[in-house]
Amino acid sequence: MTAYLADVGALARKDLLLELRSRDTLPAMLLFVVSTLVVFSFALPAGTGETAAYGLLWVAIVFTAILGLTRAFAAEREQRVLDGLVLAPCDRSAIWAGKGIAVVVFLALAELVALPAFALFFEPVTWELVAAVALADLGLASVGTLLAAMAAASRARELLLPLLFLPLVIPVVVGGVGASIADDPGRYLGFLALYDLIFAILSWASFEYVVTE
Amino acid sequence: MTSAERYVTAAYLVVLAVLLAYLVIYAFKLSRLEREVGELAELARRRKEEAA
Amino acid sequence: MLLLAGVALAFYWVPDAPLEGFRQRIFYIHVPVALTAYACFGWAAWKALRLLSTRDQRYDLESYTAVHMGVIFGILTLVTGSIWARTSWGVWWSWGERQLVLFLVLFLFYSAYFMLRYSVEAGPRRASMSAVYALFGVVLIPVSFLAIRLAEGLIHPVVFDRNVGDNLAGSQLLTFAVCLAGTLALAATLYVNELTGKRVDERLRELREALE
Repeated sequence: MTAYLADVGALARKDLLLELRSRDTLPAMLLFVVSTLVVFSFALPAGTGETAAYGLLWVAIVFTAILGLTRAFAAEREQRVLDGLVLAPCDRSAIWAGKGIAVVVFLALAELVALPAFALFFEPVTWELVAAVALADLGLASVGTLLAAMAAASRARELLLPLLFLPLVIPVVVGGVGASIADDPGRYLGFLALYDLIFAILSWASFEYVVTE
Repeated sequence: MTSAERYVTAAYLVVLAVLLAYLVIYAFKLSRLEREVGELAELARRRKEEAA
Repeated sequence: MLLLAGVALAFYWVPDAPLEGFRQRIFYIHVPVALTAYACFGWAAWKALRLLSTRDQRYDLESYTAVHMGVIFGILTLVTGSIWARTSWGVWWSWGERQLVLFLVLFLFYSAYFMLRYSVEAGPRRASMSAVYALFGVVLIPVSFLAIRLAEGLIHPVVFDRNVGDNLAGSQLLTFAVCLAGTLALAATLYVNELTGKRVDERLRELREALE
């Protein structure tokens, strides 16, 4: 168990360090999420109201996640590291967990910028919204990491990921929007937590089959 | 015929149409398979003649 | 042979259906088709699970064919449901209709399944990837159903209440059962057919490689 956690930690640290050195994903995500918000402010007709703004925030989050995920396995693919990692004497699901943690960190950093920007441009950010975003990050990262590994093995690559990803995360958008605008956010937060739990277990268990022959 | 009746008929007809469309596609696939089998049989026959 | 049986059942089911109700007659085709689509997706997931546990490659084609059938029946569900929405509420599409929205999500999801299959090279890796994806699909069904129920209150404050399923009389139930059996048999027939077709296709490819 400790060995497993150490593997996960090492893998996550590897991704974060790599990003720290090359800086090719995170700045793109930050810029993307802010420019999306600016585009949305023009796309919304004046006086549309707060509900629409919250909805658009969630669209921005999901698309930023896609942007980050398309790059998630880029380094591995270009330098053919994944084959080596699969052969390494660690549990394959540790690769998923490490990568997922790195994706969560990227997403959280992007939202650290996006949420204040949202508060500045549109509506105040409530605690429920922050909780929903945190829960959604976990779900997006766990499903996204698995699908990104699939897409990395395909010919279409960047094209394929949104197609696989979007229908699967519709429940996350529903839960997130609900938690930000409904009167009883608890139900929606609970739903998001349930989604995270189900899909994290499923992705964790099935990752091995995606990366091995 | 009321409009409701028309729509009900339309629904059943649509199902029938889709099934027929599937059948047509399947027929095309079957004819392609047949052609391929023919080609392969031809190939095998020629192989045999060459060997003889 | 099996196809003949399916067609016979289909003919036996169509004249049987319009017993009562008016626009509710669509119910006899829409709901069985929808349930059949679920059954296909479930079957696909079961085969996918078998593939992952036994690593027997023959389950790959079976799972693929089941998804294929599921998508065909899913499209039928969308079309008949849309017609039903038109007769009941005068609109072609209503976001308040849970089942239809769910089918739209599933349709998108399983269309991506085809994209996945087409863009990955054939082999055991593709087989297990598609299997994992098919498993995700069957988990997605209840989760999105829950999500759509939750979203209903958000998007549409008005909930359409139709209660068709609740008060089925005996004769209606019988018709419904016959319809369901008919569509299931149809799906099974098409499944066997399509599976044979896909297998023949694969064998032919092998044969061609062996000969050339």
